[in-house]
Amino acid sequence: MGYPHKSHPKETVVLSQYFGDADARTFKGWTKRGGYEALAQALKMDPVAVTDVVKESGLRGRGGAGFPTGLKWSFMPKEKKKAHYLCVNADESEPGTFKDREIMRWTPHALLEGTAIAAHAIRAEVAYIYIRGEFTEPWTIMERALAEANAAGVFGTIKIHLHRGAGAYICGEETALMNSIEGKRGNPRIKPPFPAAAGLFGLPTTINNVETLAAVPHIIKRGAAWYKGLCLSNPKSTGTKLFSVCGHVQRPGNYEVTMGFPLKDLLYDMCGGPPTGRTLKACIPGGSSVPILTREETEQTLLDYEGCVAAGSMLGSGGVIVFDDSADMVYQIMRLARFYAHESCAQCTQCREGTAWTTKIMERILAGQGKPKDLDLLLDLSENMTGKTICVLSDSCAAPIVSGIKKFRGEFEAYLAGKKQPVMVG
Amino acid sequence: MADGLINLTIDGATVSVPPGTLVIEAAKQAGVLVPHYCYHPGLPVAGVCRMCLVEIEKAPKLQIACATTVTEGMVVKTQAPAAKDARQSVLEFLLINHPLDCPICDQAGECELQDFVFQEGQSATRFGEFAKRFNPVEDFGPDVLYVPNRCILCTRCVRFMEDVAKEPVLNVSERGDRAFIGIHPEARLDHPWAGNVVDLCPVGSLLSKDFLHKARAWELDKTASICTGCSQGCNITLDTRDEVVVRVRPRPNLDVNRYFICDHGRMHYRWMNRGDRIEAPLVRKDGALHATDWDEAFARVLAILRGASGKAVALVSAGASSEALAAAKRLLSGFTWTGAFQVVMGEEATLAGVPNLALRAERAPNAKGAEQLGYTRDYAPALAAAKTAAVVLVLDDPDCAVETDGALIYLGTVLGENAACRRAEVILPTANVAEEEGTFTNRDGREQRYFQAKSAPGMAQPAAWVLGELARAMGLAEVA
Repeated sequence: MGYPHKSHPKETVVLSQYFGDADARTFKGWTKRGGYEALAQALKMDPVAVTDVVKESGLRGRGGAGFPTGLKWSFMPKEKKKAHYLCVNADESEPGTFKDREIMRWTPHALLEGTAIAAHAIRAEVAYIYIRGEFTEPWTIMERALAEANAAGVFGTIKIHLHRGAGAYICGEETALMNSIEGKRGNPRIKPPFPAAAGLFGLPTTINNVETLAAVPHIIKRGAAWYKGLCLSNPKSTGTKLFSVCGHVQRPGNYEVTMGFPLKDLLYDMCGGPPTGRTLKACIPGGSSVPILTREETEQTLLDYEGCVAAGSMLGSGGVIVFDDSADMVYQIMRLARFYAHESCAQCTQCREGTAWTTKIMERILAGQGKPKDLDLLLDLSENMTGKTICVLSDSCAAPIVSGIKKFRGEFEAYLAGKKQPVMVG
Repeated sequence: MADGLINLTIDGATVSVPPGTLVIEAAKQAGVLVPHYCYHPGLPVAGVCRMCLVEIEKAPKLQIACATTVTEGMVVKTQAPAAKDARQSVLEFLLINHPLDCPICDQAGECELQDFVFQEGQSATRFGEFAKRFNPVEDFGPDVLYVPNRCILCTRCVRFMEDVAKEPVLNVSERGDRAFIGIHPEARLDHPWAGNVVDLCPVGSLLSKDFLHKARAWELDKTASICTGCSQGCNITLDTRDEVVVRVRPRPNLDVNRYFICDHGRMHYRWMNRGDRIEAPLVRKDGALHATDWDEAFARVLAILRGASGKAVALVSAGASSEALAAAKRLLSGFTWTGAFQVVMGEEATLAGVPNLALRAERAPNAKGAEQLGYTRDYAPALAAAKTAAVVLVLDDPDCAVETDGALIYLGTVLGENAACRRAEVILPTANVAEEEGTFTNRDGREQRYFQAKSAPGMAQPAAWVLGELARAMGLAEVA
């Protein structure tokens, strides 16, 4: 992956080709490397043709849901009666995920180019790139890159704005992000209406993830067939994907592999496996919101949308969190629950109260004060928090609880039985 | 089934509703109240409390009835086990941080949290010994207290101020279970219509200082009435306890006031409970007023009317019922008649989000009705004419500065120590708006009925009855 490590031979380097190459950040350096050729090409094409190429490539949303990108673009009104907007979700806040950050840090022009191509495809006059507030370095780099590109006039009539978040995880939810851009509290909206009908400022809007858009110039330039060919397993998952690996591995970082790549190889070959003397215990493959996998499940998982579902989890954002045998799963799950309790927007009852209650029970168990019925209670609360709210934050809190209790019940029971030293959680 | 309507089934009952209707509203037509908190027909849909989850056939998961529009052939099951379980869990979640201080809460008895927990909640909590969220009571405005511990964050108050009053001083502050309703640090909840947030609050979180600890909801009798605060004619409910009006609340009327009343109207009730009332008819004998019975008082009035001729002037209140105003005019139909009223004017206060709804400058409920009956707003000439009139009748205007060489007859509820009308030949005690049934005509010409909420003190009678009886005795029966 180039920075801070050299690319591993097993990586398929497309998005991360210039990670670590400071010259690629500049407009001059980027054009020298073939940048903005795809945009120039796309701007000469009919928007529908651009959308068709992306459709054909099989590119799917890299933010977590995996919705086919070309199809999403085609939902925009055919007959243009109002202004269209493009939103770029650069509010990367999913615990364990740091791929968009690197795209913006090293290849800001790739994102800008992809943004302009997408805006052309959906016939949007204006695009907003919503950047996570804590991303100070990416923000500065993006600002500089945008100024350079604007000075060069590469975007034609398309106007790109950067918008900075203020530190709320929920603003990464697409409709909350739109509210936030509008200057409102970042609360998810009830759907319908969907963004393609009434999104930002009530106008037809498409929202895409950074990694998704960064892939678009490559697809335009090298063709849908090339991208479609990047597939090791299920033909519905194509292209390359950046995985942010963190936790108990020897070489954490971002790794780019072809869809369908074995998770086992990513963790052991590329990341060097767990620290010496340790063994793998568990892994969350797609950011903190997806179910936890056991070691056995992890070692059989193929990294694409279908492969992760087959293993009992989800590809999500590609944030791979690794736990070795020293990890206390009860503590880890408590930390996740606490995160969601902190970040719940407080709209829906189940989420506002449920995430906090779940956290309290988890803390009680860790403190050695758990009740025999606590696991049943947690599972019941999780059931009540799943599929009943406006967005999936509540579901995301429930997922690790349910999978954690199911797969690591012994660790919970050890606390409940007083066989494990209580942990004070402050 | 009528054309253009959508047909659907709710809990087995078939209803036909216009396209675009929300399931929660269609359910009302089927006689089904889907439990809800954040939804209110007078506010934009929020869809946040998740209480109205219902099962809809062919939908992959439960849907909120407040944000789902009806479709042809839709089958809604509000009592499906999954829906009931989901609502029960919402109630459990709502209660974990709720103080359950119903015995000292003003909302008790008319609390939607109480009602729905009683209807479909569970009897015990699983929250256990965890401490409940605590935030101290906040003084939001002239009449509104915020008790955050009871708040279920339905955001009705926030949406009212933002979308209806269009003065967005409230918000949801903080996140997660730390969230509470916040007020702009430099603002007060003092909008002239702000009191509606107290009615909108489904729990006891927003309280009226005026009603604080005044009565328990279940002790109140409720009477449909019309606000006398201005000429808008807002429909209200007078809440009485033991013959005392203790609270005024809006009564929905989509054509007049929707679901709201202004704070001026809300506070405009204490005079209805005045203790210094005229309780018996008074007649002048040997230069002084003496209490008597109705027969003698009537005889005296009739003697005056029969013995006089020429000019008669009626100086009336624009707060009198149309029935009383009509009878007063009829009673004096044998004279050359002048009728006039004066109206106290104040500042207009609109409710920005509702067209044609405002606290009107004209602070009387029946000026239009009086006008339609022939009474004039040219008060000064009428007052001057009273000087030389044979008979002057003053109807419920204790401050009327009348001077006359003729016979003065006063009907009213009160009369001050130094009132000009103390010089009357006859003083007849009448009921106030809370003590009689009658009709007001609002500024738009809408005739609206109000009903009796409490009994009149002493021998006081509705002015319409008094004047009607007198007219009948004069042989001036009402033309059918």
